[in-house]
Amino acid sequence: MVPLNHYLILSAVVFAIGVIGVLIRRNLIVVLMSIELMLNAVNLTFIAFSRYLGSTDGQVAVFFVMAVAAAEAVIGLAIIISVFRHRQSLDPQEMQSLKW
Amino acid sequence: MVSPAPNIASYDLLRWIVLIPLAGVLFNLFIGRKLGNKSAGALASAAAGASFALAFYVFWQMAPDAILRDTLYTWIESGPFHVDLSFQVDALTAVMLLIVTGIGFLIHLYSLGYMGHDDGMARFFIYLNLFIFFMLLLVMGDNLLILFVGWEGVGLCSYLLIGFWHHDHNNTIAGNKAFIVNRIGDFGFILGIFVLLTELGRQGVWTLNFAELQQHAKMLSPATITLITFLLFIGATGKSAQIPLFVWLPDAMAGPTPVSALIHAATMVTAGVYMTARLHFLFALAPATLGLIAVIGAATALFAATIALTQNDIKKVLAYSTVSQLGYMFLAVGMGAFGAAIFHVFTHAFFKACLFLGSGSVIHALGGEQDMRKMGGLKAQMPVTYWTYVIATLALAGIPFTAGFFSKDLILWQAFSHGALGLWAVGVVTAGMTAFYMFRQLFMVFHGECRADAHAKAHLHESPAVMTLPLVILAIGSIFAGWLGAPEYLWGSRWDHWLQPLFGAAQAHHESVSTELTVTAITFAIILAGIVLAYVKYGRAGVKTESAGGGLLYRLSLNKFYIDECYDLIFVRPFTALSSFFARFVDPWVIDGTVNGVAATARGFSTVWRGLQSGNVQHYAAMFLTGALALLAYFLGQL
Repeated sequence: MVPLNHYLILSAVVFAIGVIGVLIRRNLIVVLMSIELMLNAVNLTFIAFSRYLGSTDGQVAVFFVMAVAAAEAVIGLAIIISVFRHRQSLDPQEMQSLKW
Repeated sequence: MVSPAPNIASYDLLRWIVLIPLAGVLFNLFIGRKLGNKSAGALASAAAGASFALAFYVFWQMAPDAILRDTLYTWIESGPFHVDLSFQVDALTAVMLLIVTGIGFLIHLYSLGYMGHDDGMARFFIYLNLFIFFMLLLVMGDNLLILFVGWEGVGLCSYLLIGFWHHDHNNTIAGNKAFIVNRIGDFGFILGIFVLLTELGRQGVWTLNFAELQQHAKMLSPATITLITFLLFIGATGKSAQIPLFVWLPDAMAGPTPVSALIHAATMVTAGVYMTARLHFLFALAPATLGLIAVIGAATALFAATIALTQNDIKKVLAYSTVSQLGYMFLAVGMGAFGAAIFHVFTHAFFKACLFLGSGSVIHALGGEQDMRKMGGLKAQMPVTYWTYVIATLALAGIPFTAGFFSKDLILWQAFSHGALGLWAVGVVTAGMTAFYMFRQLFMVFHGECRADAHAKAHLHESPAVMTLPLVILAIGSIFAGWLGAPEYLWGSRWDHWLQPLFGAAQAHHESVSTELTVTAITFAIILAGIVLAYVKYGRAGVKTESAGGGLLYRLSLNKFYIDECYDLIFVRPFTALSSFFARFVDPWVIDGTVNGVAATARGFSTVWRGLQSGNVQHYAAMFLTGALALLAYFLGQL
């Protein structure tokens, strides 16, 4: 039996990797993937607690997150494609026109 | 002074007296102007006439102690304070109504002829109707606020009509002067209203309604009443051209002559007298203010008369004469004889309107000439104008059995019997001067040789019937209007009987008839002396085209005692200097400096901080993360 702490530590590590990916990667698709990573790190925490507490509430939440993540991926990818058609680039550093 | 329980009755007709002239304004503004000048003028006259007919009907029906009231709607409702848009007619208002609509109607008629050749005739009649409307608001309002609206409205119309011929810059300046000087008076007036409202409100009575004010006036302390009446009187000095604010009225003669007759002689300038009479219950409780009013009135009467002695402009003489007569009215007010003051308003309206319209007829005949040195000998060519002018001159001079005799004599008698012998003497001397300058004018304009230039002489003609008819009617009034207020030793006063329910019984100062007759005789002797002097100097000897010479007093009087120059030096110049100082230094450096400084500071800060808004999503995400971590650290620290 793997103790709860291990799940939580793994989840924290995955979440941190996701955050760093969002902050530093220069490709929007990878940024989007990093967001998925963060979401799934949270899912992992839900599942771990669900099992640890013997309750199904966490699993229900996970299904919601997955559904929302799917929708988010669809819209995000659509935006990315449209941005790419416009600019022939996916580097977020080059998209800075919305400022003072 | 206990007033009998007022017999208030609702009377729906009253609103139409006010609304018909307003309808005339609106109709002429949108439709009448397109129909042409003549139809617009006829329509405006019809509106004034209808208003007069209604007013006369109301007057005919009402009892002297009745108060007719017509409430349209609630105008202001704020907590305990409540103002209705409501009209009332009592004995005092009825008199003013007849003056305003009656004289107003005659002057409308006259203007049909006088303004007949003027392109702006439609505009003129719109202003004239608007004036009648506001004047009716002033005299018919049943509370101080409506009176104030009318007060300001007639001021506006006065301004518009003084500057009616606005292509001449001087006329515009004269209009501005009238407006600005009146503002000073109105400032005092509105302060008086504020003090009255708040001081009564402090006693738990929030009202500006005249009837309620009269009921509760006794609740105020004497000092407060003195302050209130003093402030209100400042308003009256502006509107009714008393020292020190009389300077605008002579300049107001820049307007067309019917305007001078209607606004600056018969009606608007008497609004101050009306206001004091309307609030007589307050003024009667303030002996200090009354004393001041009496002194100012007498001083104004004398001072204006001395200026009128030497003026050469036919209308300026009449203007100063008006100021002087208004002084008489305030002398009566100061004696607490409100009935006598209103009586003089009434008779003065007839003969002064007649004189102004007569002078207008002369000016019209001479093609715009106003200098009496270029007139003379017009008697033959203009018989109707001449004879009406003679009658009105006699009335103004105060020859027995003309209107002016009865009212002026009543005022002088009031002063005498109240023991104010100094003021009485001033009044008598002024009466002599009045006779002198009026007969001087009569001789200069109508007698002797004609000094007009050849061009004007060729055009000389009597005015058309539409102008002479009002003259005749007013001349008849100039004699008989005074008969209503005859003294006891003749046939007694219907006038006192009419106003008695309002002002209380006439102050019973009935000393012996022989004293009264002696006083009258003294006045009459001085008046005769004035006439004889005028005849000797101007009638018999003929008119010298007076050169700039003459004694010191003559030059002082001719130049109006340099009052305008003094005011210019004391008030206007420092004020414009201060203004230009502010415009040149304070505005660009202090005001603009502050505003621009604030803007520059904000911009300085924002150049630093706007760097944060880089437009880069990942920067925002990093800040978001930093914030989240900071919060996390904070809450962990709390544990």
